[in-house]
Amino acid sequence: MLEFIQGYYAYIFLATAFTIGLYGMMVKQNLMKKVLGMSIVAATTIMFWIVGAYKEGAGVTVLDPRIGVEDPGMYLNPLPHTLMLTAIVVAVVTLGVALALLIGIYREYKTLDEPTLLERMK
Amino acid sequence: MSTTNTELCSKESSMMAPTESPIVHLASRGISPVILLVGMYVFFHGHYSPGGGFQGGVLLAAAILLLRLSLGTSLSQPVMPSWITLRLSALGALIFAGIGLLSILLGGNFLDYHYLPMPWLEPAYLRYYGILLVEVGVTITVMTTLVAIYDDLLGC
Amino acid sequence: MKTLQYLLLLTFLGILIVAVTNLPPRGDVTAPVHQHVNPAGTIVAGTYFIQHAYEDARTPNMLTVVLADYRAFDTLGEVIVVFAGGLACFFILNRGRRKP
Repeated sequence: MLEFIQGYYAYIFLATAFTIGLYGMMVKQNLMKKVLGMSIVAATTIMFWIVGAYKEGAGVTVLDPRIGVEDPGMYLNPLPHTLMLTAIVVAVVTLGVALALLIGIYREYKTLDEPTLLERMK
Repeated sequence: MSTTNTELCSKESSMMAPTESPIVHLASRGISPVILLVGMYVFFHGHYSPGGGFQGGVLLAAAILLLRLSLGTSLSQPVMPSWITLRLSALGALIFAGIGLLSILLGGNFLDYHYLPMPWLEPAYLRYYGILLVEVGVTITVMTTLVAIYDDLLGC
Repeated sequence: MKTLQYLLLLTFLGILIVAVTNLPPRGDVTAPVHQHVNPAGTIVAGTYFIQHAYEDARTPNMLTVVLADYRAFDTLGEVIVVFAGGLACFFILNRGRRKP
């Protein structure tokens, strides 16, 4: 049981956090809270990749002259980290564009509540 | 500086005013150069330790945004003017794409650093400096885009 | 309607947890993603990056080499995405307002 918790606690936490983000996007009526849910989903996906790339006994992906490169098991796989490095910046910029759209909506309709917004758009 | 600011921003919002507290004022002016220094360190040490263009750019942007938050938009204009941000962002993307085009013009593939015009270096070090030049473009773009998004969100 | 949404979310959470607990545990070196050799017998991309990054670019940080050399085209596209995001913010928020 302890081994199961040690092996899977991160995955189960991330699955729960993903569902919380999805809950914010589905159930909440305020557009700002929907954007927050989207941000949580993006962060959870990034953390899922990082947790999946962890390997027992491996270090950071910087060459250590004392270890050398003969055994690749001493270093983490650099590919998932690179992909997530780019994904973080794209997530931040996506958040900025979403906030800009929200400000545009608020200037036009003076509300961010979804039913009120649909009412005023008629 | 405030006259150019009123020309740039058609209306002032309360988020753009400086803070009332002198403690926040002084502390942010002391901390901001340190964050800038750490950002430069993270950027230039990206070859030897965890770091690189994206992280360094985000740290540099954080230093400027701290000044924007505490000193207000008009007082922090000398650090990075609002009109220059998007142009510097385009310049960074142009540096990146320009290195790729340069290596096409000199006979290689797109972004093949082996063909950069620095013949006194051996080929492996040519790639080293190619990576460094590309990271310069990435840093400029990320830093100025984050500042530009903040300025636009405030309506400046 | 709210009840249906909550039920849907709980079902989704259950599916996610079942799927996640069928993965190999965290840090398991015998998991298929952490092998150094493909089932076909060739080395995987991560092993190639680890072994050849220093002699290709004289840079000890393999992540920088992968980011800016092996996958430079990817990074170029991403820098353009960042620039386009800044441009999109500018045009959304300054719509109908004249700048000198």
